[in-house]
Amino acid sequence: MELNEFTLKEQLDGLRDSSFSSTELTQDYLKRIKAKDPSINSYITVTEELALKQAKKADDRYNKGQALALDGIPIAHKDIFCTEDVLTTCGSKMLSNFKAPYSSTVVSKLFDEGVVMLGKTNMDEFAMGSSNETSFFGEVKNPWNLDYVPGGSSGGSAACVSARLASAATATDTGGSIRQPAALCGLTGIKPTYGRVSRYGMIAFASSLDQGGVLTRTAEDAAILLASMSGHDPKDSTSLNIEVPNYTEEIGNNISGLKIGLPKEFFNQEIPDHVRKSTEEAIEVYKDLGAEIEEISFPNIDLSLPVYYVLAPAECSANLSRYDGVRYGYRCEEPKNLEDLYMRTRDEGFGPEVKRRILIGTYALSAGYYDAYYLKAQKCRRLIANDFTEAFKSVDVILSPTTPGTSFKAGEKINDPIDMYLQDIFTIPANLAGLPAISFPCGNHNGLPLGLQLVGNSLEEGKLLSAAHHFQTVTNWHKELPEF
Amino acid sequence: MSNINQWEAVIGLEIHVQLSTNSKLFSGASTNFGASPNTQACNVDLAMPGVLPVLNEEVLKMAIKLGIALNANINSPTIFARKNYFYPDSPKGYQISQMDKPIVEDGFLDIELEDGSVKRIGVTRAHLEEDAGKSLHEDFEGQSGIDLNRAGTPLIEIVSEPEISTPEEAVAYLKSIHSIIRYLDISDGNMAEGSMRCDANVSVRKVGETELGTRTETKNVNSFRFVEKAIHYEISRQINEIESGNTITQETRLYDSQKNTTRPMRSKEFANDYRYFPEPDLLPVILEEDFINSVKKIMPELPNEKKIRFTEFYKLSKYDSSLLAADKDLADFFEEVVQESNSPKISANWIMGEFLAEINKENLDINKSKVSSKQLGVLIRRIEDSTISGKIAKEVFEKMWESSKDADEIISNQGLKQVTDVSEIEKMVKKVIKNNPDQLKKYHSGKDRLFGFFVGQVMKESQGKANPAQVNQILKDKLKKEPIL
Repeated sequence: MELNEFTLKEQLDGLRDSSFSSTELTQDYLKRIKAKDPSINSYITVTEELALKQAKKADDRYNKGQALALDGIPIAHKDIFCTEDVLTTCGSKMLSNFKAPYSSTVVSKLFDEGVVMLGKTNMDEFAMGSSNETSFFGEVKNPWNLDYVPGGSSGGSAACVSARLASAATATDTGGSIRQPAALCGLTGIKPTYGRVSRYGMIAFASSLDQGGVLTRTAEDAAILLASMSGHDPKDSTSLNIEVPNYTEEIGNNISGLKIGLPKEFFNQEIPDHVRKSTEEAIEVYKDLGAEIEEISFPNIDLSLPVYYVLAPAECSANLSRYDGVRYGYRCEEPKNLEDLYMRTRDEGFGPEVKRRILIGTYALSAGYYDAYYLKAQKCRRLIANDFTEAFKSVDVILSPTTPGTSFKAGEKINDPIDMYLQDIFTIPANLAGLPAISFPCGNHNGLPLGLQLVGNSLEEGKLLSAAHHFQTVTNWHKELPEF
Repeated sequence: MSNINQWEAVIGLEIHVQLSTNSKLFSGASTNFGASPNTQACNVDLAMPGVLPVLNEEVLKMAIKLGIALNANINSPTIFARKNYFYPDSPKGYQISQMDKPIVEDGFLDIELEDGSVKRIGVTRAHLEEDAGKSLHEDFEGQSGIDLNRAGTPLIEIVSEPEISTPEEAVAYLKSIHSIIRYLDISDGNMAEGSMRCDANVSVRKVGETELGTRTETKNVNSFRFVEKAIHYEISRQINEIESGNTITQETRLYDSQKNTTRPMRSKEFANDYRYFPEPDLLPVILEEDFINSVKKIMPELPNEKKIRFTEFYKLSKYDSSLLAADKDLADFFEEVVQESNSPKISANWIMGEFLAEINKENLDINKSKVSSKQLGVLIRRIEDSTISGKIAKEVFEKMWESSKDADEIISNQGLKQVTDVSEIEKMVKKVIKNNPDQLKKYHSGKDRLFGFFVGQVMKESQGKANPAQVNQILKDKLKKEPIL
């Protein structure tokens, strides 16, 4: 068995009992990246030198008996997280030359736990997309089938973990950008409660929805990595000042008696048979594990997509204003005057999907439209959050498919934004309500994985991880790896 | 024929006050004035990708103090909002400001007018916001330089109701705000350095009309005098325009202090749509009742309260009290002087006379005065205890100002102590009488006016040090008694 086939947990055990060194593990990944990544394009930057240096230090600490919590584990960071002196592009031409002057809190925290950074992963431009086709650095392929997309926006992170080009990867989720690629690439992905993971240094798309998380092979790996990333950060005013529980202990908690809610509105959607079937099979697994199933209602769920596509663009229209060619990043050639500098820099530096959303958002915030769009969307957002509050009075977690189907072919939806936006129909509500949600493999159709989503109440990541972990103790979907 | 009396002006002021915090509104960078360009701009101020604002909580207390002083409501929660516009010195492409739920709302301020009457001016709101950087157009050929040191400096913008009717009222209101912020110690209020900036919204209408005329906004007028002049100019300009059959364009104008005119800057018709929306990176700020009450407890005495106390306690005139209380440093200086001198009235006269003359001549801050309050107090005491006369005191004060030495030291070193020894004065009187036989003869023959001549001669003889009252007394005596020689 190759080192890269082990899960993060198994690798950590191997490093701890000196079965192999971090340098060996890191070299194994670096070698594989060189050989395999060109066919899937999951990395924008590979930080080989840094990785080997970090691996060496980790090995030294193991030798001295001073190993850190995640010492020597080689992971990849989504290229949305600022990394000091390392290219941080956010998948955009606008930042194609941007070396961050500081590291994000997530990156710093993981460095402090001894993690080795293999590189920065490809992503949809500024995290806007569900297929990783909007990246300035080219599309990412799904390791399960190279004709198919890995999902997005964290497509590079998902593809590289699925292809075993990293032990795990960080990712971000604004409307499903962790969970949808997790589902499409056969991984476990968790988006924690809004405010659980610091957003400092995580390049903003839609500030009130963005949340950092992880893409891993198992729920156990997710628990280990998330524990090290979470926690209060005084540099992020929206970060929650609440102690982080020990997720690795919590995953062992018994789930017998767990109350699982099935929102009838989700299952009334047009869902392909194979999705419905795998979801129903998953429900049976949970019944066998002692969970109780209850049908619940989400009367306002239909509002999710329209609300999201007002609020996220509105926030992004302001968040992306700083990319003006004045201080850093891309600047157009020979600007004639200030207006020309702004117009051409932004016209040339942003791709079509980003421009589309800036335009939608600017429109929604404009005088005369603000009340009808932005304000109304905010009100609807509260209604959706209230639906969740109601639901969690009677259930512990809410179950649904993660996506309306398996992965789709590259080019299939890129020219149909509405169809593309429907990818996130099951994932968006959790972002609007700021709730934690997890996706993990629950089936396979025509050689492509399918994901199951659980949404939990605020700060109940432990419950989600435990539910996913128990599912993974009695199923093998998560163990299936693409032949790659 | 134009008749100015047919017109009335409607004026509202927007005053930007820079809060004197050590660090910026949303970052830890320093706010010191005058550092070299971009040395006080951190990643947050530079709007690097991924950075987030963190509210400097010091400003909340400052804003609450202002709200209390303006008799206003303190909103809780108070909400920050993004004001979107592109400009190179606005690094994020938006400014974090407040729209709905500003921290201070619905207050008022009573201002005293020239004739002593009091007018109440409504304060619509005061909101917190970050300052922009500066664009430097000189020194760069075909380009502009950007200095982001000022970017993110905390400002509070105080917006008045359009209830001001004359340029003089506008200045009285502005001075009153200035005085309050200095009292609250929330800003240095330095208009020359831009710590306090004023925009004036002005419109005119015929007396008796209820509809408001079209207004213009005159920006960044940076002294009290210029505010008065700019509004004066704008009022007559608007009246002239309308009387010549033209209409007023709603626009932003700039005051040119050299020409004493205003000129259009940009037309509001093409104004930015700022697309305000709540700042998602900052949570609504809850101001607990307890917190507000704790600020109430540390509220200093305000100018109006101090003025009343000065009249009642020190028995100063309303005019003197008002002048002294307008400036906190001056009022404090006065009270320190009185503590030493025990003579409020003389102290007030000295401060508003000789002392302020020197301060203004050298354009000094009161707390940088070359004569300390204690030193001045001692000097005044020396007048009161007859050590020196008022006239000599002025001489001593000048020497104190030059040398920073104490009054007693100067008096003793230069032998300026008043002569109060009767025998010594008598000696001088005798000498003067003896040396001026002609004048004495004339005096005795009825020229009473010559008494003053003798007083002068004695004072001269004493080099000004003889106690004038005693000199008078003794001279009267001796001129009568001394037999004609």
